[in-house]
Amino acid sequence: MSAHDHAEHGHGHHDHHGGHAAHGTMGSYMIGFGLSVFLTAIPFWLVMTGFFANPQTTAIIIMAFAVVQIVVHMIYFLHMNTRSEGGWSMMALIFTLVLVVITLSGSMWVMYHLNHNMMPMSVGDMSQMP
Amino acid sequence: MSPHPASENSGIWKMIFGRLDWSAIPLHEPILIGTFAMVAIGGIAVLGLVTKYRLWGMLWNDWFTTVDHKRIGIMYMILGLIMFLRGFADAIMMRLQQAMAFNGSEGYLNAHHYDQIFTAHGVIMIFFVAMPMITGIMNYIVPLQIGARDVSFPFLNNFSFWMTTAGAVIVMMSLFVGEFARTGWLAYPPLSGIAYSPGVGVDYYIWGLQIAGIGTLLSGVNLIATIVKMRAPGMNMMKLPVFTWTSLCANVLIVAAFPVLTAVLALLSLDRYVGTAFFTNDMGGNPMMYVNLIWIWGHPEVYILILPLFGVFSEVTSTFSSKRLFGYSSMVYATVVIAILSYLVWLHHFFTMGSGASVNSFFGITTMVISIPTGAKLFNWLFTMYRGRIRFELPMMWTVAFMLTFTVGGMTGVLLAVPPADFVLHNSLFLIAHFHNVIIGGVLFGLFAAINYWWPKAFGYKLDTVWGKRSFWLWVVGFWFAFMPLYILGLMGVTRRMRVFDDPSLQIWFQIAAFGSLMIAAGIACMFVQFGVSIKNRDKLRDTTGDPWDGRTLEWATSSPPPDYNFAFTPVIHDNDAWADMKKRGYQRPLSGYEAIHMPSNTGTGIIIAGLSIAFSVGMIWYMWWLAGLSFVGILAVAIGHTFNYKRDFYIPKDVVERTEGERTALLATQG
Repeated sequence: MSAHDHAEHGHGHHDHHGGHAAHGTMGSYMIGFGLSVFLTAIPFWLVMTGFFANPQTTAIIIMAFAVVQIVVHMIYFLHMNTRSEGGWSMMALIFTLVLVVITLSGSMWVMYHLNHNMMPMSVGDMSQMP
Repeated sequence: MSPHPASENSGIWKMIFGRLDWSAIPLHEPILIGTFAMVAIGGIAVLGLVTKYRLWGMLWNDWFTTVDHKRIGIMYMILGLIMFLRGFADAIMMRLQQAMAFNGSEGYLNAHHYDQIFTAHGVIMIFFVAMPMITGIMNYIVPLQIGARDVSFPFLNNFSFWMTTAGAVIVMMSLFVGEFARTGWLAYPPLSGIAYSPGVGVDYYIWGLQIAGIGTLLSGVNLIATIVKMRAPGMNMMKLPVFTWTSLCANVLIVAAFPVLTAVLALLSLDRYVGTAFFTNDMGGNPMMYVNLIWIWGHPEVYILILPLFGVFSEVTSTFSSKRLFGYSSMVYATVVIAILSYLVWLHHFFTMGSGASVNSFFGITTMVISIPTGAKLFNWLFTMYRGRIRFELPMMWTVAFMLTFTVGGMTGVLLAVPPADFVLHNSLFLIAHFHNVIIGGVLFGLFAAINYWWPKAFGYKLDTVWGKRSFWLWVVGFWFAFMPLYILGLMGVTRRMRVFDDPSLQIWFQIAAFGSLMIAAGIACMFVQFGVSIKNRDKLRDTTGDPWDGRTLEWATSSPPPDYNFAFTPVIHDNDAWADMKKRGYQRPLSGYEAIHMPSNTGTGIIIAGLSIAFSVGMIWYMWWLAGLSFVGILAVAIGHTFNYKRDFYIPKDVVERTEGERTALLATQG
């Protein structure tokens, strides 16, 4: 691109400058791919074979794998680290995590208390009450 | 919807038109037919004039397909103003109905129509007036304030605008074909579920908001990227103008909150279209979950609306007090704290739902905590004015009116934040008075301050002050007349959304409120007269300096209106209030050394995809599955086709830049 120095602050061409996020190597992509397959296959296997008698145990383990999976994707495919995009990626991630935690834990807290305090809304639900 | 006549219920009709038939046209509603006639005549007149003066080419090439953030900003403002007239028409109809419907009178609106009106009023005022107008202001001003030539993603900007407009078109369509939701502006289930709202109203609501939501979300992403990546050299985050800071926080909130709205509306549409049971009464559904989720979006939305206007008031106060903003960094921190706290208060919208004392007290306290950073802002503005040379121009007048009005609204808000008080006031007219007090006093007054402040930048001439002052006084006094009675009625226990009343002693308050709304109507009329008079007298009101208010931030450094490329040279920033600093250091405009400037090209893809989205929504709303399918494929095809468009940029040649800047040099020279 000519007039590159002007383009930098002028308008929407930012494909190669700006963030300087590291692009992955073949090796790192393969590691990421391998980990993703591994982290997907184990939950699949757990469900299909019914390895744990208690489905709740299975559910918790699947969720744990899902969280690890998210981290793997962020590191190997989205190339996130504390320095990428001048620290903005990390800040956005922290902000997102804070909001997700607030939303999920807040909703569960609110709905739990609501269910505890209030009568069920329909006759069907009511008949199943202990 | 009345039951389908047998003749129209045949298979082939249904296959083509879904559930659309002649009963969808509201021929039995004289008000709607009258409105339709007016709109049709007006529309034909406008189209005729555009054709007569051969403006179609200009409109298409210079406006509809533009990727220039300034033109898109102006189009957002026009959209907001048009929708404002619709939303206000709804408001005044409600005020008249409530003032009349006493002593056995049913008023002039039937329940079916009245319920649509209060829903449409809320939806339109928030999504299609306040949102487009703040987006328009941010679009116009933010790139100029940071010394950029456009936003980060110019095509996306155009696309966002047209998606917002498409949402507005869908909502307006419901006026004449079918009906709008009768559920209140947040469409709580189970009322909005298919069992209790089998008609098309809620579907209009869902698709109007989903389509517009895409536009809002994308413009949020765009403006964040612009502010983070495209600041002029030297402008670090703590040298950012306050308006840009508040815009950044508002857009972060948009990006974080709007997906929640999209998700919750998607779940509601699954309930309505494919029979899932997320929010139904039975089958294990939980309508309260909808209320919980929609307010997780809804409360941040309130701050999305007000934060950019806090920025406007900061710019206006410091400009018209001719001094630096008091407590810049405390202002920035207050903004960030408000942005984060706005995620911790959503339950205060449904204290009465029954979560109990522990949950309610937590959210009551977080709500009251928000008043601390907000109060800090107000004191910052007051201390900015203190010992300043205050010029009471129109933007400053709106700012002072805001400070008085908003403080009252804020205090009633803290009152509502006390859960025991909320149990009495919930869903009453006190609540209505409170949020109108903060939204009109904060958002609307802020928008009027912004329009009066930045109009000279956008068009090169100031707005007429005589009509501006008339509008100001009618608006401010009218506001107090219209909403103080509602506080009183609310304290007496009158609930919102009522159509008729039994107690004749209440009537006088509603009549006072109706009088107030008529004053506001006159204020709106004066505002449009102000625009008209100013356009007519534009030569007398002309500003050739580009800096009519002795401004402090970068947008005043360029000409009014700014050239397509905004700045011939990217400015270098050394201090807050960059332009005031440049003026103080005796900045000389460079007169030579121009280069060709790289710019993005116009494209019609945005408006085409938005048009197809309208067709898709009509298909979904009326169950015309073939139309929905075809237009969805069309959207994908156009979007993919656009990726093969390689003619995305061009250069403004050096001699054009030289000529444009030379004209400005000559103009500035006439100033002496």
